[in-house]
Amino acid sequence: MSNLRIPTMAEMAAEGREPEILFWVGCAGSFDSRAQKVTVAFCKILNAVGVDFAILGNEESCTGDPARRAGNEFLFQMQALQNIEVLNMYNVKKMVTACPHCFNTIKNEYPVLGGNYEVVHHTQLLQELINEGRIKMKEGGEFKGKRITYHDSCYMGRVNGVYEAPREVLQTLDADLVEMKRCKSNGLCCGAGGAQMWKEDEPGNKRINIERAEEALETGAKVVAANCPFCLTMMGDGIKAKDKQEEVMVYDLAELILNNMEG
Amino acid sequence: MAYISAGIPYFSENSLSKDNKYMVQQIAFILISAVAIGVAVKAFGKVRRNILLGQDEAVTGDTGERWRNVLLVAFGQRKMFKRWIPAVLHFIIYAAFVVTQVELIEIFIDGIIGEHRFFADKLGGFYTFVISFIEVLSLLTFFATFIFLARRNLIKLPRFKKPEMKGWPSLDGNLILIFEIILLIGIFTMNGTDVVLQQMDPEHFKDTGTLAVSSWLGPALFGGMSEGTLIILERVGWWLHFAMVLTFLNYLPYSKHLHILLAFPNTYYARLKPRGEMDNMDEITKEVRSMMDPEAAFDEADMSEELPEFGASDVFGLSWKNVMDAYSCTECGRCTAVCPANITGKKLSPRKVMMDIRDRAEEIGRNLDTGSDEFAKDKSQPLSKDNYDDGKTLFDYTTPEELHACTTCNACVEACPVLINPLEPILKMRRYEILTLSQGPQDWLPMFNSLENSGSAWAIPDDRDKWAKEAMKEG
Repeated sequence: MSNLRIPTMAEMAAEGREPEILFWVGCAGSFDSRAQKVTVAFCKILNAVGVDFAILGNEESCTGDPARRAGNEFLFQMQALQNIEVLNMYNVKKMVTACPHCFNTIKNEYPVLGGNYEVVHHTQLLQELINEGRIKMKEGGEFKGKRITYHDSCYMGRVNGVYEAPREVLQTLDADLVEMKRCKSNGLCCGAGGAQMWKEDEPGNKRINIERAEEALETGAKVVAANCPFCLTMMGDGIKAKDKQEEVMVYDLAELILNNMEG
Repeated sequence: MAYISAGIPYFSENSLSKDNKYMVQQIAFILISAVAIGVAVKAFGKVRRNILLGQDEAVTGDTGERWRNVLLVAFGQRKMFKRWIPAVLHFIIYAAFVVTQVELIEIFIDGIIGEHRFFADKLGGFYTFVISFIEVLSLLTFFATFIFLARRNLIKLPRFKKPEMKGWPSLDGNLILIFEIILLIGIFTMNGTDVVLQQMDPEHFKDTGTLAVSSWLGPALFGGMSEGTLIILERVGWWLHFAMVLTFLNYLPYSKHLHILLAFPNTYYARLKPRGEMDNMDEITKEVRSMMDPEAAFDEADMSEELPEFGASDVFGLSWKNVMDAYSCTECGRCTAVCPANITGKKLSPRKVMMDIRDRAEEIGRNLDTGSDEFAKDKSQPLSKDNYDDGKTLFDYTTPEELHACTTCNACVEACPVLINPLEPILKMRRYEILTLSQGPQDWLPMFNSLENSGSAWAIPDDRDKWAKEAMKEG
């Protein structure tokens, strides 16, 4: 894919343009080396199908989710109000993000602070693009017939009730989709939410991501599909801890789709 | 007469004796009922008072949706049916409980006016149907109760054996089931002997029609007994049934079994806002806005007051709905069984969080009842919920270690059959720790600092869109 274009809102504004949709990248998508790959993959898809988008670049700030869940309401609101100011300045109406935590905060917690936007998760946008025929899949792609299991992120699944969009996206890979014992509304957390990502576990007898990785491995799947940068890290680490990283890969849905797209 | 010789002059033809003894039973009935109901009302009043120790919380949202929750979740027990075996057994006991209340109406009428089976001749076939329906449910309940006892004591389901279940909670669970069995023994003794007596003395024992269970169980158990014995047993069964109902009534305010009543208001008042929305702290919004906009006038009045308390350190800092949640909890442990932290051996148990809130509310309630100024914050003022300090908080029950283990995954919220939200109090207590105490996990400090200084959750010196520039370079 050549001529990858990732414009910022500021660049667009300088040209007097407004994009169709703002891609909210999030901290993980911006700074975590594993999640950056997902961010780039998603941008490539958007470029390939001609979605008119932009990012905020340096004008984006953490949504404040980890601070709020840790109990630091003050910091959360500082972040939120700053972000809302920027978003409103650019007259943003529609956003897409690859992070369920950013998605939840912007969708459910920004409105009361004056930030009202239509926000979709990237798996929902991918589903839309597939349904519209804008994303076309290769015949017999790399994952055809391969066993894939999908790990529900808490913040898309239980918290926001999105269970089907990511599964429908995976269906297009022609893969052998298998469910873990605990899935959908009973899905087990990867262990990162509630600001756990930034701290050591409390004393216990196991790490949550190991418990979940074991469950994923039990399905015999060769690919674990995730839709959240934190799940991606946690599941990756869990599978590595079980020494299965050579046999079982953990991918975000965007990476799987990009890999299987025509063109 | 057989009745007199049996010492039960209830149906004696000696009118003087009959009236006297009649009166004794009626007076006993009315007195016992009045005392039992009076004591219960007082205890329920205290439960209400304790729930209202929590802060006001506005009830907003669609009333229709609230009633829908009551119908589907409380009446229909929809969330129970995620696990079929306990759901069916529980539904039987619940249906029997609800339907048996119809019979209670008759017991009250009979008890007060001194009648025997007031509705039997008035309702005819419908009476037979209603009593039979109750009997079938009661028989099923009898078996269900034993299965539940086995699940608690023989099979030892892990969720009934967690540390927070030691002692009273386990005993409580068993006592309810034992009460239930005694109640059922009362019902079947009362009905069974009645059926046999209807054959012996149709003049005094009204025809109930063929009852689904007692018409065969009665003769099987009580057939061949003397009329006198049967009359005594009938009275024993009747009084036992009634006594157990009053016992239950007075036991509820102290028991996890309170859920049979509170499930209904608790589902009605359950939050309708999106699960992912934590309640905004408006007092902080005000402060942050004034910081961001230096021109905004600072409200001097706000500054002069003593430092506000943020979050919750005690029942007083929670909402009344959080406390009602705690009183609605029947300690089934479905929340704890799905909690990722608990599954992996951490101390956190959402059920314990709820039990702690109830225990603490009870403790405060008991102290308030003493009226002693030893619990008053300001000794010169009378003790009240607004003037209360016993030197303890909810943190004496729920430790920071438990609170810190939560991943906010909402599995506990999803699991609760009566729409209790254990996550809310956890997060309110986290807020107290961070905002009011400035404590909390040390690991979070770098994240907080990074957010404050660079607006990123990680302290990485790169530009936020470095990835984009690099990706575009690579093309």
